Amino acid sequence: MAVTRPTLVKGSQGTRSTIALKITMAASGTIFIGFVLLHMYGNLKAFGGQDSFNEYAEHLRELGEPMLPHAGALWVIRLVLIVSLVVHVWAAATLWKRAKSARSTQYVGRKRHTALSSNTMRWGGITILVFLVWHLLNFTIGKINPSTGDTGDAAGDPYSLMVDTFDLWWMTLIYLVAMVALGLHLHHGTWSALQTLGFTGTAKSRTRAKAAGWVVAIVVAGGFSLVPLATLVGIIE
Amino acid sequence: MNLTLKIWRQAGPQAPGEMKTYQVDDVSEDMSFLEMLDVLNEQLNAGGEEPVAFDSDCREGICGNCSLMINGEAHGPEVTTTCQLHMRSFADGDTITIEPWRADAFPVIRDLVTDRSAFDRIIQSGGYISANTGSAPEANSVPVPRDDATKAFNFATCIGCGACVAACPNGSASLFMGAKITQLGLLPQGQPERWSRVVDMVGQHDAEGFGGCTNIGECATACPKEIPLDVISQLNKDLRTAIKHGH
Repeated sequence: MAVTRPTLVKGSQGTRSTIALKITMAASGTIFIGFVLLHMYGNLKAFGGQDSFNEYAEHLRELGEPMLPHAGALWVIRLVLIVSLVVHVWAAATLWKRAKSARSTQYVGRKRHTALSSNTMRWGGITILVFLVWHLLNFTIGKINPSTGDTGDAAGDPYSLMVDTFDLWWMTLIYLVAMVALGLHLHHGTWSALQTLGFTGTAKSRTRAKAAGWVVAIVVAGGFSLVPLATLVGIIE
Repeated sequence: MNLTLKIWRQAGPQAPGEMKTYQVDDVSEDMSFLEMLDVLNEQLNAGGEEPVAFDSDCREGICGNCSLMINGEAHGPEVTTTCQLHMRSFADGDTITIEPWRADAFPVIRDLVTDRSAFDRIIQSGGYISANTGSAPEANSVPVPRDDATKAFNFATCIGCGACVAACPNGSASLFMGAKITQLGLLPQGQPERWSRVVDMVGQHDAEGFGGCTNIGECATACPKEIPLDVISQLNKDLRTAIKHGH
């Protein structure tokens, strides 16, 4: 047989294993869970009116002053998030590629026994990434007001930009679709992170980790969806 | 019962394969799945055609030699091995698709037979304990709590059939490794080599070309010995601890 089979590997390192890649995904994913929870809380300030929302946005920039420069703390948070994003996407791409080459011949027929959220992690993750690009263009980099077509400072203060965006039904729809993708990703991701970090060694802890997945998914996706929906129906204006 | 079988035929490791359709009649519902294939092979022999090659040994569900992806499920629709799967689990007139385990780490040798020696190498790289030879030590000199002994025994029931890899969308052998890591990790005899064991086994697993785990759970559903996902959590925890210990 011409095929060469691998022999026994010498000098394996834990840090170079597929499990180490999974652990970095779990760790960066946990940072994102913390971030979306805080972000969602901030968004709910919209229900307190224009001043409450805009003051919160401004305070994010004043956080840590005068010990930190203006927007210093915000940039520290941004850097942590950017690094986490690069690590998360890089590890996911590496593992995806590996999974593809682990089975180069597919089954003719195959029965699935798994949840929708588990089967949509990769494409759902890409959906969230594409959404993230628009979301940043919309509210942070460039600030595009899809109602007026204005950009930058002309797009309005954070509150008016948000109201102008979600007054458009199709914008609200895009955001809601993204929240479905995020909810599914968090449903499997929360449980998966706990399993990868080794906290689910019993049937009971596994049930709890899966329940945690539901709670995080519903709280985050639901909490985020409240503001666009409330704006569309006119509760926030 | 009369059945239509769609079976993967491949003459050798390098030969191209294809699905072929066969008809088998008068199958008793009390036959095991492998006995049904024996009937097909007698029929093929009589007709001068090459019989279908498949793995089997003990035919009582304990050796881990039989495999087969049956209608897209590892070991078929019941929680058992293919040799213990009976034809009563199917209906008269059914069309049954039979494929080999699909994983690049388990290359097809012929028809439905795959080379699962990658599992042997994973065990060889760390799935053991070192003990002095000579006279046996006093049995009660190393006490093991009853619950730990029971759990270790349950995880030791893995027969290494490879259904977990076959069912995994990523072609990962994490359940197989986890079962051995957890079993030995629960026992005092497994402690001295605990951290090098997990690193060496995972290193071998990765080198063999198995995929990474995404905690989807297809493996535990397919496992004929009902090894739970708990063992993958323990595997991950041991690897994390091993890194901390500098391995």
